[in-house]
Amino acid sequence: MIELRGITIRVPGFELRDIGFEVDQGAYATLMGPTGCGKTSILEVICGIRKPQAGRVSINGEDVTKRKPGERGIGYVPQDGALFPTMTVRDQIAFAMSLRRWDKKKQQRRLDDLSELLRIGHLLKRKPHGLSGGEEQRVALGRALAFYPRVLLLDEPLSAIDEATRGQMIDLLKQVREHEGITTLHVTHSSSEARALAGQALRLQNGMVVNASAE
Amino acid sequence: MRHDQANPAPERRVRGDAPFLGAMVAVGLVYVALIVAMLVADASFTSIGAIRDALNDPNIRFSIGLSLITCTIAAVLSVWVAVPIGYLMSRFSFRGKAVIDTVLDIPIVLPPLVVGISLLVLFQTPPGRWLDGVFHSMMNALGFDSIRGITYEVPAVVLAQFTVAAAFATRTMRVAFDQIDPRPERIAMTLGAGHATAFSRIALPQAYRGMTAAFTLAWARALGEFGPILIFAGTTRLKTEVLSTSVYLEFSTGDIEQAVAVSMIMVALAMVVLLLTRLIGFGKGAV
Repeated sequence: MIELRGITIRVPGFELRDIGFEVDQGAYATLMGPTGCGKTSILEVICGIRKPQAGRVSINGEDVTKRKPGERGIGYVPQDGALFPTMTVRDQIAFAMSLRRWDKKKQQRRLDDLSELLRIGHLLKRKPHGLSGGEEQRVALGRALAFYPRVLLLDEPLSAIDEATRGQMIDLLKQVREHEGITTLHVTHSSSEARALAGQALRLQNGMVVNASAE
Repeated sequence: MRHDQANPAPERRVRGDAPFLGAMVAVGLVYVALIVAMLVADASFTSIGAIRDALNDPNIRFSIGLSLITCTIAAVLSVWVAVPIGYLMSRFSFRGKAVIDTVLDIPIVLPPLVVGISLLVLFQTPPGRWLDGVFHSMMNALGFDSIRGITYEVPAVVLAQFTVAAAFATRTMRVAFDQIDPRPERIAMTLGAGHATAFSRIALPQAYRGMTAAFTLAWARALGEFGPILIFAGTTRLKTEVLSTSVYLEFSTGDIEQAVAVSMIMVALAMVVLLLTRLIGFGKGAV
Protein backbone atom coordinates (compact mmCIF):
# COMPACT_ATOMS: atom_id res chain seq x y z
CA MET A 1 0.00 0.00 0.00
CA ILE A 2 1.16 3.51 -0.79
CA GLU A 3 -0.11 6.32 1.41
CA LEU A 4 0.67 10.03 1.12
CA ARG A 5 -0.50 12.52 3.74
CA GLY A 6 -0.14 16.30 3.63
CA ILE A 7 2.72 16.27 1.13
CA THR A 8 3.98 19.69 0.06
CA ILE A 9 6.43 19.95 -2.82
CA ARG A 10 7.97 23.24 -3.84
CA VAL A 11 10.11 23.42 -6.96
CA PRO A 12 10.87 26.38 -9.18
CA GLY A 13 7.81 26.77 -11.38
CA PHE A 14 5.12 25.19 -9.28
CA GLU A 15 4.03 24.13 -5.85
CA LEU A 16 1.92 21.20 -4.72
CA ARG A 17 0.29 21.63 -1.33
CA ASP A 18 -1.21 19.12 1.04
CA ILE A 19 -1.29 16.21 -1.39
CA GLY A 20 -2.88 13.09 0.05
CA PHE A 21 -3.99 9.80 -1.50
CA GLU A 22 -3.60 6.10 -1.10
CA VAL A 23 -3.16 3.11 -3.38
CA ASP A 24 -4.49 -0.11 -1.91
CA GLN A 25 -2.37 -3.19 -1.35
CA GLY A 26 -1.93 -5.05 -4.63
CA ALA A 27 -3.89 -2.44 -6.62
CA TYR A 28 -2.88 -0.97 -9.98
CA ALA A 29 -3.51 2.77 -9.86
CA THR A 30 -2.95 5.44 -12.48
CA LEU A 31 -2.23 9.06 -11.65
CA MET A 32 -3.32 11.30 -14.47
CA GLY A 33 -2.67 14.95 -15.09
CA PRO A 34 -1.37 17.36 -17.69
CA THR A 35 2.33 17.50 -18.51
CA GLY A 36 4.41 19.59 -16.13
CA CYS A 37 1.96 19.58 -13.22
CA GLY A 38 4.25 17.71 -10.81
CA LYS A 39 3.42 14.03 -11.35
CA THR A 40 7.07 13.05 -11.61
CA SER A 41 7.87 15.07 -8.47
CA ILE A 42 5.27 13.06 -6.56
CA LEU A 43 6.91 9.79 -7.68
CA GLU A 44 10.32 11.14 -6.69
CA VAL A 45 9.02 12.02 -3.25
CA ILE A 46 7.59 8.52 -2.83
CA CYS A 47 10.86 6.81 -3.76
CA GLY A 48 12.91 9.26 -1.70
CA ILE A 49 15.09 11.02 -4.26
CA ARG A 50 13.22 14.29 -3.65
CA LYS A 51 12.56 15.67 -0.18
CA PRO A 52 9.06 17.06 0.37
CA GLN A 53 8.72 20.37 2.27
CA ALA A 54 6.09 18.73 4.49
CA GLY A 55 4.05 15.57 4.86
CA ARG A 56 4.43 11.83 5.27
CA VAL A 57 4.95 8.87 2.94
CA SER A 58 4.01 5.37 4.10
CA ILE A 59 4.63 2.07 2.35
CA ASN A 60 2.59 -0.91 3.60
CA GLY A 61 1.74 1.07 6.72
CA GLU A 62 5.35 1.92 7.56
CA ASP A 63 6.36 5.60 7.65
CA VAL A 64 9.33 5.82 5.25
CA THR A 65 9.55 9.64 5.00
CA LYS A 66 12.92 9.70 6.75
CA ARG A 67 14.25 6.49 5.19
CA LYS A 68 16.91 6.49 2.48
CA PRO A 69 15.70 5.71 -1.08
CA GLY A 70 17.41 2.32 -1.02
CA GLU A 71 15.69 1.28 2.21
CA ARG A 72 12.14 1.89 1.00
CA GLY A 73 11.76 -1.21 -1.15
CA ILE A 74 10.45 0.69 -4.15
CA GLY A 75 10.96 -0.22 -7.79
CA TYR A 76 11.04 2.99 -9.82
CA VAL A 77 10.90 3.15 -13.62
CA PRO A 78 11.65 6.74 -14.69
CA GLN A 79 10.25 8.20 -17.87
CA ASP A 80 13.44 8.03 -19.94
CA GLY A 81 14.47 4.67 -18.48
CA ALA A 82 17.68 6.23 -17.09
CA LEU A 83 19.55 2.98 -17.72
CA PHE A 84 23.14 2.69 -16.52
CA PRO A 85 25.14 3.57 -19.68
CA THR A 86 28.21 1.43 -19.03
CA MET A 87 26.46 -1.75 -17.82
CA THR A 88 25.08 -4.64 -19.84
CA VAL A 89 21.37 -5.32 -19.59
CA ARG A 90 22.16 -8.40 -17.50
CA ASP A 91 24.18 -6.35 -14.99
CA GLN A 92 21.48 -3.69 -14.77
CA ILE A 93 18.86 -6.28 -13.86
CA ALA A 94 21.23 -8.02 -11.44
CA PHE A 95 22.22 -4.67 -9.85
CA ALA A 96 19.71 -4.62 -6.99
CA MET A 97 20.08 -8.38 -6.43
CA SER A 98 23.86 -8.22 -6.15
CA LEU A 99 23.62 -5.27 -3.75
CA ARG A 100 21.45 -7.52 -1.58
CA ARG A 101 24.03 -10.30 -1.90
CA TRP A 102 21.60 -12.88 -3.23
CA ASP A 103 23.34 -16.12 -4.13
CA LYS A 104 24.11 -16.67 -7.80
CA LYS A 105 21.43 -19.32 -8.31
CA LYS A 106 18.68 -17.13 -6.92
CA GLN A 107 19.86 -14.22 -9.08
CA GLN A 108 19.91 -16.41 -12.18
CA ARG A 109 16.41 -17.76 -11.50
CA ARG A 110 15.01 -14.25 -11.12
CA LEU A 111 16.89 -13.07 -14.21
CA ASP A 112 15.50 -15.97 -16.28
CA ASP A 113 12.04 -15.34 -14.92
CA LEU A 114 12.09 -11.62 -15.78
CA SER A 115 13.78 -12.13 -19.17
CA GLU A 116 10.93 -14.38 -20.17
CA LEU A 117 8.20 -12.17 -18.74
CA LEU A 118 9.60 -8.99 -20.33
CA ARG A 119 10.97 -10.69 -23.48
CA ILE A 120 14.46 -9.25 -23.07
CA GLY A 121 16.44 -12.51 -23.13
CA HIS A 122 18.09 -11.59 -26.44
CA LEU A 123 19.25 -8.21 -25.05
CA LEU A 124 21.09 -9.42 -21.92
CA LYS A 125 24.59 -8.98 -23.32
CA ARG A 126 23.95 -5.56 -24.82
CA LYS A 127 24.55 -2.14 -23.36
CA PRO A 128 21.76 0.47 -23.38
CA HIS A 129 23.17 2.41 -26.33
CA GLY A 130 21.09 1.56 -29.39
CA LEU A 131 18.12 -0.05 -27.60
CA SER A 132 14.71 1.08 -28.83
CA GLY A 133 12.38 3.05 -26.59
CA GLY A 134 10.31 -0.04 -25.86
CA GLU A 135 13.37 -2.17 -25.11
CA GLU A 136 14.71 0.49 -22.76
CA GLN A 137 11.44 0.56 -20.87
CA ARG A 138 11.34 -3.23 -20.56
CA VAL A 139 14.91 -3.33 -19.26
CA ALA A 140 14.16 -0.51 -16.79
CA LEU A 141 11.09 -2.45 -15.68
CA GLY A 142 13.17 -5.59 -15.16
CA ARG A 143 15.77 -3.66 -13.21
CA ALA A 144 13.07 -2.20 -10.95
CA LEU A 145 11.23 -5.51 -10.39
CA ALA A 146 14.28 -7.72 -9.84
CA PHE A 147 14.53 -7.41 -6.06
CA TYR A 148 10.79 -8.00 -5.38
CA PRO A 149 10.07 -4.41 -4.33
CA ARG A 150 7.04 -3.68 -2.16
CA VAL A 151 5.64 -1.21 -4.68
CA LEU A 152 6.28 -0.31 -8.30
CA LEU A 153 6.29 3.28 -9.61
CA LEU A 154 6.01 3.85 -13.37
CA ASP A 155 6.58 7.30 -14.85
CA GLU A 156 4.88 7.55 -18.26
CA PRO A 157 6.22 4.16 -19.38
CA LEU A 158 4.48 4.39 -22.76
CA SER A 159 5.40 7.93 -23.77
CA ALA A 160 8.65 7.02 -25.55
CA ILE A 161 7.09 4.12 -27.44
CA ASP A 162 5.68 4.24 -30.95
CA GLU A 163 2.01 3.63 -31.59
CA ALA A 164 2.55 0.11 -32.98
CA THR A 165 4.25 -1.31 -29.88
CA ARG A 166 2.14 0.62 -27.36
CA GLY A 167 -0.58 -2.04 -27.40
CA GLN A 168 2.00 -4.75 -26.76
CA MET A 169 3.43 -2.77 -23.86
CA ILE A 170 -0.03 -2.35 -22.31
CA ASP A 171 -0.52 -6.13 -22.57
CA LEU A 172 2.91 -6.60 -21.01
CA LEU A 173 2.06 -4.32 -18.09
CA LYS A 174 -1.12 -6.34 -17.54
CA GLN A 175 0.93 -9.55 -17.50
CA VAL A 176 3.36 -7.99 -15.02
CA ARG A 177 0.42 -7.05 -12.81
CA GLU A 178 -0.86 -10.64 -12.87
CA HIS A 179 2.57 -12.27 -12.51
CA GLU A 180 3.99 -10.05 -9.78
CA GLY A 181 0.83 -8.92 -7.99
CA ILE A 182 2.67 -5.80 -6.89
CA THR A 183 1.09 -2.53 -5.74
CA THR A 184 1.64 -0.19 -8.68
CA LEU A 185 1.34 3.56 -9.25
CA HIS A 186 1.47 4.43 -12.94
CA VAL A 187 1.75 8.09 -13.92
CA THR A 188 0.37 9.08 -17.31
CA HIS A 189 -1.17 11.96 -19.20
CA SER A 190 -3.24 9.66 -21.41
CA SER A 191 -6.73 8.78 -20.31
CA SER A 192 -6.94 5.84 -22.73
CA GLU A 193 -3.87 4.34 -21.08
CA ALA A 194 -5.46 4.87 -17.69
CA ARG A 195 -8.71 3.22 -18.82
CA ALA A 196 -6.88 0.24 -20.31
CA LEU A 197 -4.88 -0.51 -17.18
CA ALA A 198 -6.17 0.97 -14.00
CA GLY A 199 -8.12 -0.57 -11.22
CA GLN A 200 -7.93 2.73 -9.42
CA ALA A 201 -7.74 6.08 -11.21
CA LEU A 202 -6.35 9.20 -9.58
CA ARG A 203 -6.23 12.62 -11.12
CA LEU A 204 -3.94 15.55 -10.30
CA GLN A 205 -5.78 18.78 -10.98
CA ASN A 206 -5.39 22.29 -9.57
CA GLY A 207 -2.68 21.03 -7.23
CA MET A 208 -4.91 18.36 -5.67
CA VAL A 209 -5.12 14.62 -6.15
CA VAL A 210 -8.69 13.42 -6.52
CA ASN A 211 -10.11 9.96 -6.99
CA ALA A 212 -11.33 9.76 -10.57
CA SER A 213 -12.54 6.15 -10.47
CA ALA A 214 -16.11 7.24 -9.90
CA GLU A 215 -16.16 9.54 -12.94
CA MET B 1 -4.06 33.75 -46.78
CA ARG B 2 -4.95 31.04 -49.29
CA HIS B 3 -2.28 29.19 -51.14
CA ASP B 4 -2.08 30.71 -54.61
CA GLN B 5 -1.48 27.91 -57.06
CA ALA B 6 -1.15 30.20 -60.03
CA ASN B 7 1.60 32.33 -58.45
CA PRO B 8 3.69 30.07 -56.24
CA ALA B 9 6.21 31.72 -53.89
CA PRO B 10 9.67 32.01 -55.47
CA GLU B 11 11.83 29.04 -54.63
CA ARG B 12 14.27 29.74 -51.84
CA ARG B 13 17.86 29.43 -52.92
CA VAL B 14 20.30 28.51 -50.17
CA ARG B 15 23.73 29.96 -50.56
CA GLY B 16 26.62 27.49 -50.89
CA ASP B 17 28.49 26.52 -47.73
CA ALA B 18 31.91 27.13 -49.25
CA PRO B 19 32.38 30.78 -48.09
CA PHE B 20 31.38 29.95 -44.52
CA LEU B 21 33.52 26.81 -44.22
CA GLY B 22 36.35 28.53 -46.07
CA ALA B 23 36.36 31.40 -43.56
CA MET B 24 36.35 28.96 -40.61
CA VAL B 25 39.25 27.01 -42.07
CA ALA B 26 41.20 30.19 -42.87
CA VAL B 27 40.92 31.53 -39.32
CA GLY B 28 41.83 28.12 -37.87
CA LEU B 29 44.81 27.76 -40.15
CA VAL B 30 46.32 31.04 -38.91
CA TYR B 31 46.79 29.55 -35.48
CA VAL B 32 47.92 26.13 -36.68
CA ALA B 33 50.41 27.88 -38.98
CA LEU B 34 51.80 29.90 -36.06
CA ILE B 35 52.46 26.74 -34.05
CA VAL B 36 54.01 24.89 -36.98
CA ALA B 37 56.12 27.93 -37.92
CA MET B 38 57.51 28.10 -34.38
CA LEU B 39 58.51 24.44 -34.51
CA VAL B 40 60.02 24.80 -37.98
CA ALA B 41 62.04 27.81 -36.82
CA ASP B 42 63.25 25.77 -33.82
CA ALA B 43 64.21 22.88 -36.05
CA SER B 44 66.13 25.11 -38.44
CA PHE B 45 67.99 26.77 -35.58
CA THR B 46 69.37 23.53 -34.25
CA SER B 47 70.72 20.37 -35.84
CA ILE B 48 70.45 16.62 -35.44
CA GLY B 49 73.98 16.76 -34.08
CA ALA B 50 73.02 19.24 -31.36
CA ILE B 51 70.04 17.09 -30.39
CA ARG B 52 72.29 14.02 -30.31
CA ASP B 53 74.76 15.93 -28.12
CA ALA B 54 71.95 16.94 -25.80
CA LEU B 55 70.75 13.33 -25.57
CA ASN B 56 74.27 12.21 -24.68
CA ASP B 57 74.69 14.86 -21.99
CA PRO B 58 74.26 13.14 -18.58
CA ASN B 59 72.66 16.31 -17.18
CA ILE B 60 70.01 16.32 -19.90
CA ARG B 61 69.46 12.58 -19.57
CA PHE B 62 68.85 13.03 -15.86
CA SER B 63 66.54 15.93 -16.64
CA ILE B 64 64.50 13.85 -19.12
CA GLY B 65 64.15 11.02 -16.59
CA LEU B 66 63.17 13.35 -13.76
CA SER B 67 60.65 15.14 -16.00
CA LEU B 68 58.97 11.86 -16.95
CA ILE B 69 58.78 10.70 -13.33
CA THR B 70 57.66 13.98 -11.73
CA CYS B 71 55.10 14.80 -14.44
CA THR B 72 53.55 11.36 -14.10
CA ILE B 73 53.38 11.57 -10.29
CA ALA B 74 51.97 15.10 -10.48
CA ALA B 75 49.37 14.04 -13.08
CA VAL B 76 48.27 10.99 -11.05
CA LEU B 77 47.96 13.13 -7.91
CA SER B 78 46.05 15.77 -9.88
CA VAL B 79 43.46 13.28 -11.16
CA TRP B 80 43.27 11.81 -7.66
CA VAL B 81 42.11 15.14 -6.18
CA ALA B 82 40.25 16.29 -9.30
CA VAL B 83 37.79 13.37 -9.29
CA PRO B 84 36.30 13.99 -5.81
CA ILE B 85 36.37 17.79 -6.19
CA GLY B 86 34.83 17.63 -9.67
CA TYR B 87 32.13 15.22 -8.47
CA LEU B 88 31.24 17.29 -5.40
CA MET B 89 31.16 20.57 -7.33
CA SER B 90 29.04 19.02 -10.07
CA ARG B 91 26.51 17.08 -7.97
CA PHE B 92 25.95 19.14 -4.82
CA SER B 93 25.00 22.70 -4.03
CA PHE B 94 26.16 24.06 -0.72
CA ARG B 95 26.82 27.32 1.05
CA GLY B 96 30.09 28.89 -0.08
CA LYS B 97 30.24 26.92 -3.33
CA ALA B 98 31.00 30.07 -5.36
CA VAL B 99 33.89 30.89 -3.03
CA ILE B 100 35.35 27.37 -3.36
CA ASP B 101 34.93 27.63 -7.12
CA THR B 102 36.95 30.85 -7.17
CA VAL B 103 39.63 29.40 -4.87
CA LEU B 104 40.02 26.47 -7.27
CA ASP B 105 40.81 28.92 -10.07
CA ILE B 106 43.54 30.76 -8.17
CA PRO B 107 46.42 28.52 -9.34
CA ILE B 108 45.27 29.11 -12.93
CA VAL B 109 45.07 32.88 -12.53
CA LEU B 110 48.18 33.50 -10.43
CA PRO B 111 51.44 34.27 -12.22
CA PRO B 112 53.59 31.10 -11.99
CA LEU B 113 56.26 33.06 -10.11
CA VAL B 114 53.76 33.90 -7.39
CA VAL B 115 52.79 30.23 -7.04
CA GLY B 116 56.48 29.44 -6.48
CA ILE B 117 56.99 32.23 -3.95
CA SER B 118 53.80 31.22 -2.11
CA LEU B 119 54.97 27.59 -1.86
CA LEU B 120 58.40 28.70 -0.67
CA VAL B 121 56.90 30.97 1.99
CA LEU B 122 54.41 28.28 3.05
CA PHE B 123 57.20 25.80 3.72
CA GLN B 124 59.07 28.38 5.82
CA THR B 125 56.15 28.64 8.29
CA PRO B 126 56.24 26.37 11.39
CA PRO B 127 53.67 23.86 10.00
CA GLY B 128 55.55 23.87 6.70
CA ARG B 129 58.90 23.21 8.39
CA TRP B 130 57.30 20.46 10.44
CA LEU B 131 55.91 18.82 7.29
CA ASP B 132 59.34 19.15 5.68
CA GLY B 133 60.86 17.30 8.65
CA VAL B 134 58.21 14.58 8.67
CA PHE B 135 58.73 14.04 4.94
CA HIS B 136 62.49 13.84 5.44
CA SER B 137 62.18 11.07 8.03
CA MET B 138 59.59 9.29 5.88
CA MET B 139 61.94 9.29 2.88
CA ASN B 140 64.74 8.10 5.14
CA ALA B 141 62.65 5.21 6.38
CA LEU B 142 61.79 4.27 2.79
CA GLY B 143 65.48 4.29 1.84
CA PHE B 144 65.54 7.51 -0.23
CA ASP B 145 68.37 9.04 1.81
CA SER B 146 69.18 11.62 -0.83
CA ILE B 147 65.81 13.36 -0.49
CA ARG B 148 66.20 15.66 2.50
CA GLY B 149 62.73 17.14 2.85
CA ILE B 150 60.60 19.02 0.35
CA THR B 151 61.95 22.51 -0.40
CA TYR B 152 64.78 22.53 -2.99
CA GLU B 153 64.38 18.76 -3.36
CA VAL B 154 62.59 16.53 -5.89
CA PRO B 155 59.30 16.61 -3.93
CA ALA B 156 59.26 20.39 -4.45
CA VAL B 157 59.30 19.79 -8.21
CA VAL B 158 56.29 17.47 -7.95
CA LEU B 159 54.45 19.80 -5.58
CA ALA B 160 55.06 22.83 -7.80
CA GLN B 161 53.81 20.92 -10.86
CA PHE B 162 50.86 19.46 -8.95
CA THR B 163 49.70 22.82 -7.55
CA VAL B 164 49.02 24.21 -11.01
CA ALA B 165 48.22 20.98 -12.90
CA ALA B 166 45.55 19.92 -10.37
CA ALA B 167 43.59 23.13 -11.00
CA PHE B 168 43.34 22.25 -14.69
CA ALA B 169 42.48 18.62 -13.94
CA THR B 170 39.77 19.76 -11.51
CA ARG B 171 38.14 21.98 -14.13
CA THR B 172 38.20 19.09 -16.60
CA MET B 173 36.62 16.64 -14.15
CA ARG B 174 33.94 19.14 -13.16
CA VAL B 175 32.92 19.49 -16.81
CA ALA B 176 33.10 15.70 -17.24
CA PHE B 177 30.70 15.08 -14.34
CA ASP B 178 28.45 17.97 -15.46
CA GLN B 179 28.02 16.16 -18.76
CA ILE B 180 27.06 12.87 -17.08
CA ASP B 181 23.31 12.57 -16.42
CA PRO B 182 22.84 12.30 -12.63
CA ARG B 183 19.52 10.45 -12.95
CA PRO B 184 20.94 6.92 -13.30
CA GLU B 185 22.83 7.50 -10.03
CA ARG B 186 19.58 8.45 -8.31
CA ILE B 187 17.87 5.38 -9.75
CA ALA B 188 20.72 3.25 -8.39
CA MET B 189 19.96 4.72 -4.97
CA THR B 190 16.32 3.63 -5.18
CA LEU B 191 17.59 0.13 -5.98
CA GLY B 192 19.51 -0.03 -2.70
CA ALA B 193 22.81 1.69 -3.46
CA GLY B 194 24.37 4.34 -1.23
CA HIS B 195 26.16 7.38 -2.60
CA ALA B 196 29.47 5.50 -2.66
CA THR B 197 28.13 2.63 -4.77
CA ALA B 198 26.26 4.97 -7.12
CA PHE B 199 29.49 6.92 -7.59
CA SER B 200 31.81 3.97 -8.09
CA ARG B 201 29.54 1.79 -10.23
CA ILE B 202 27.52 4.32 -12.20
CA ALA B 203 29.28 7.71 -12.36
CA LEU B 204 32.97 6.77 -12.32
CA PRO B 205 32.86 4.27 -15.23
CA GLN B 206 31.24 7.01 -17.32
CA ALA B 207 33.92 9.52 -16.29
CA TYR B 208 36.70 7.41 -17.80
CA ARG B 209 37.21 9.66 -20.82
CA GLY B 210 37.13 12.74 -18.60
CA MET B 211 39.77 11.18 -16.37
CA THR B 212 41.99 10.48 -19.36
CA ALA B 213 41.56 14.05 -20.54
CA ALA B 214 42.32 15.39 -17.04
CA PHE B 215 45.43 13.20 -16.79
CA THR B 216 46.69 14.31 -20.20
CA LEU B 217 46.10 17.97 -19.48
CA ALA B 218 47.74 17.74 -16.05
CA TRP B 219 50.74 15.88 -17.47
CA ALA B 220 51.24 18.45 -20.21
CA ARG B 221 50.85 21.34 -17.75
CA ALA B 222 53.38 19.71 -15.43
CA LEU B 223 55.92 19.29 -18.25
CA GLY B 224 55.64 22.97 -19.14
CA GLU B 225 55.84 24.17 -15.54
CA PHE B 226 58.85 26.35 -14.89
CA GLY B 227 58.34 29.42 -12.64
CA PRO B 228 57.26 27.63 -9.46
CA ILE B 229 59.98 24.99 -9.94
CA LEU B 230 62.67 27.63 -10.38
CA ILE B 231 61.75 29.30 -7.10
CA PHE B 232 60.57 26.39 -4.94
CA ALA B 233 62.82 23.56 -6.15
CA GLY B 234 65.82 25.45 -7.49
CA THR B 235 67.85 24.57 -10.57
CA THR B 236 70.46 22.19 -9.22
CA ARG B 237 71.93 19.95 -11.92
CA LEU B 238 71.45 16.22 -11.37
CA LYS B 239 69.08 17.00 -8.51
CA THR B 240 66.04 19.16 -9.33
CA GLU B 241 66.65 19.80 -13.02
CA VAL B 242 63.68 19.05 -15.25
CA LEU B 243 63.43 19.79 -18.98
CA SER B 244 62.03 23.30 -18.60
CA THR B 245 64.90 24.04 -16.19
CA SER B 246 67.40 22.60 -18.68
CA VAL B 247 66.18 24.97 -21.38
CA TYR B 248 66.55 27.88 -18.95
CA LEU B 249 70.04 26.80 -17.82
CA GLU B 250 71.30 26.35 -21.38
CA PHE B 251 69.75 29.64 -22.45
CA SER B 252 71.20 31.56 -19.49
CA THR B 253 74.72 30.37 -20.32
CA GLY B 254 74.24 31.64 -23.85
CA ASP B 255 74.07 28.22 -25.52
CA ILE B 256 70.93 28.93 -27.49
CA GLU B 257 71.46 26.06 -29.92
CA GLN B 258 71.54 23.59 -27.03
CA ALA B 259 68.51 25.30 -25.45
CA VAL B 260 66.56 24.87 -28.68
CA ALA B 261 67.74 21.25 -28.97
CA VAL B 262 66.36 20.50 -25.49
CA SER B 263 63.14 22.28 -26.46
CA MET B 264 62.80 19.97 -29.46
CA ILE B 265 63.32 16.94 -27.22
CA MET B 266 60.60 18.32 -24.96
CA VAL B 267 58.17 18.73 -27.87
CA ALA B 268 58.87 15.19 -29.10
CA LEU B 269 58.48 13.73 -25.61
CA ALA B 270 55.20 15.57 -25.02
CA MET B 271 53.76 14.44 -28.34
CA VAL B 272 54.69 10.79 -27.76
CA VAL B 273 53.26 10.71 -24.24
CA LEU B 274 50.06 12.58 -25.16
CA LEU B 275 49.46 10.36 -28.20
CA LEU B 276 50.03 7.21 -26.13
CA THR B 277 47.68 8.41 -23.39
CA ARG B 278 44.98 9.20 -25.91
CA LEU B 279 45.44 5.86 -27.60
CA ILE B 280 45.06 4.02 -24.30
CA GLY B 281 42.38 6.28 -22.85
CA PHE B 282 40.11 7.13 -25.76
CA GLY B 283 40.64 4.21 -28.10
CA LYS B 284 41.95 4.38 -31.63
CA GLY B 285 39.25 6.71 -32.94
CA ALA B 286 40.47 9.60 -30.83
CA VAL B 287 43.92 9.99 -32.33
